[in-house]
Amino acid sequence: MDAELRELYQQVILDHNKSPRNFKKLENANHTAEGYNPLCGDKINIYMDVENGIVKDVSFLGSGCAISKASASLMSTIIKGKTKEKAEKIFEKFHDLVTGNLTDEEEIEELGKLAVFSGVKDFPVRVKCASLAWHTMISALNKEEKIVSTEEK
Amino acid sequence: MSLNVETQTGNDVKTFDIEKIRKDFPILKTLIHGKPLCYLDNAATTQKPQIMIDSLVEYYSSMNANIHRGVHHLSEVSTKAFEEARLKVKDFINASSEKEIIFTRGTTESINLVANSFAKSLFHDGDEVIITGMEHHSNIVPWQLIEPIKKIKLRTIKVDDNGELILDDFEEMINERTKLVSVVYVSNSLGTINPVEKIISIAHKHNVPVLLDAAQAIQHLKVDVQKLDCDFLAFSGHKIYGPTGIGILYGKQKFLETMPPFLGGGDMISKVTFEGTTFNELPYKFEAGTSNIADAISLGAALDYVTNIGIDAIAKHENEILDYATNKLLEIPGLRIIGNAKNKSSVISFVFEKIHPHDVGTFLDFEGIAIRTGHHCTQPLMDRFCVPATSRASFALYNTKEEADTLAKSLKKILEVFN
Repeated sequence: MDAELRELYQQVILDHNKSPRNFKKLENANHTAEGYNPLCGDKINIYMDVENGIVKDVSFLGSGCAISKASASLMSTIIKGKTKEKAEKIFEKFHDLVTGNLTDEEEIEELGKLAVFSGVKDFPVRVKCASLAWHTMISALNKEEKIVSTEEK
Repeated sequence: MSLNVETQTGNDVKTFDIEKIRKDFPILKTLIHGKPLCYLDNAATTQKPQIMIDSLVEYYSSMNANIHRGVHHLSEVSTKAFEEARLKVKDFINASSEKEIIFTRGTTESINLVANSFAKSLFHDGDEVIITGMEHHSNIVPWQLIEPIKKIKLRTIKVDDNGELILDDFEEMINERTKLVSVVYVSNSLGTINPVEKIISIAHKHNVPVLLDAAQAIQHLKVDVQKLDCDFLAFSGHKIYGPTGIGILYGKQKFLETMPPFLGGGDMISKVTFEGTTFNELPYKFEAGTSNIADAISLGAALDYVTNIGIDAIAKHENEILDYATNKLLEIPGLRIIGNAKNKSSVISFVFEKIHPHDVGTFLDFEGIAIRTGHHCTQPLMDRFCVPATSRASFALYNTKEEADTLAKSLKKILEVFN
């Protein structure tokens, strides 16, 4: 496989695509949102249980490409237990990473497993795939009861 | 990889020489990620022969001037070339008069012209337009957009599991409120060639005119508007080896005469005062403003190119590639073809159970293969087949069986990565 392609489809991403974590509907969710990318038809539903500003639990359902599915899966494992503010902060860094605006090695390292998405920066059309779940999560956190579209930014 | 197809056209025997044809298209020499370009996105747009590219350069280098009304030499030259292009289009689709050939920006604008001029002005609230379940958004949205002025009811002919139209209840759909049947000739997503002759004959039995969206037909089939007896026909230049930004609306004179102009401005008038305007004759009534002169002339060059090779020879070649590629793709485990009509053009839409089309598209790109992934501007059709998107390979006159092999081989590689 081409090096650039291997950088995009890292093993962790292929693994999360094949067996996504927290891929279910959270029955006791008190924050939910629906995300949609009209360009590729990707849809995602995020379910969150937020108490006292802390994400107690998070899950998702939906269909999408490997990048979007793995992104949702990893996001769910990482923001669990985090405060609302922290989750928003991680999203900012993640967004900088996939758009190529995070170059500081240390900062990338702080992102932990999310660093596997660094290859996305070389594929501008896939940035939306990687960030859909995150936008939807932020929307759920803020309890905006509307459909998030990647085309409204 | 030479393939010789001999076709008898009148007294001319034409030889289909694939290697020579490939040399006519300079872009086919391009390397993508170090691999030879395998261009299979022809339903989105076709590549351009050198002779068409040269005609653009020639126009801007030696002819450029605004057309009509100019008294200087260059204006006369460019007017002549522009009107000759119109005649080439007329001959290509066998229209009875050049007055029936209107230059537009493309299929989308052509359909919007009919919606805005014909439907918006001459239809009444509650009138009905019949479309099909496999329309491109460009034959759905224009009818919805005129709703603030005219509330038109859209009725749709359903699509079966093979991707063919279910015509059983079509005739029953027609009633005294039906004002137009507007259908896609060849589906861009499925490749289905619709039985438009039958549709036209049924519609005409009830005096309902028919518009054909021929965007995906014009480059694959012999289109003869008089034989078809369609009332309107729309197509785009860039899908038949011509430039982008130029398209055609064919309309029978009897309809075009009654229709008010779509856009107002220069060229479409005969006399203007502040009190009122009288409009120019056909086809100029529908060509407001400076036309896309260069691209119209180059569309003429592209049509000459197709005519020289012969549309029948092209169709025969493409059908062979379609059959070959279909069989190759069906050998791939887990691959399902969406659209299995008996009468199909060279389009193959497919899905994998566990691999998203976007991932397929990105992987193929790194093999030098260009395909399209997504809903192909036919979201209602995607909903009909319960898929969010498909991968679509579409073939043109310069594609080869070797390229179909490359596609199949690369798809097998993707399976290895995702399994």
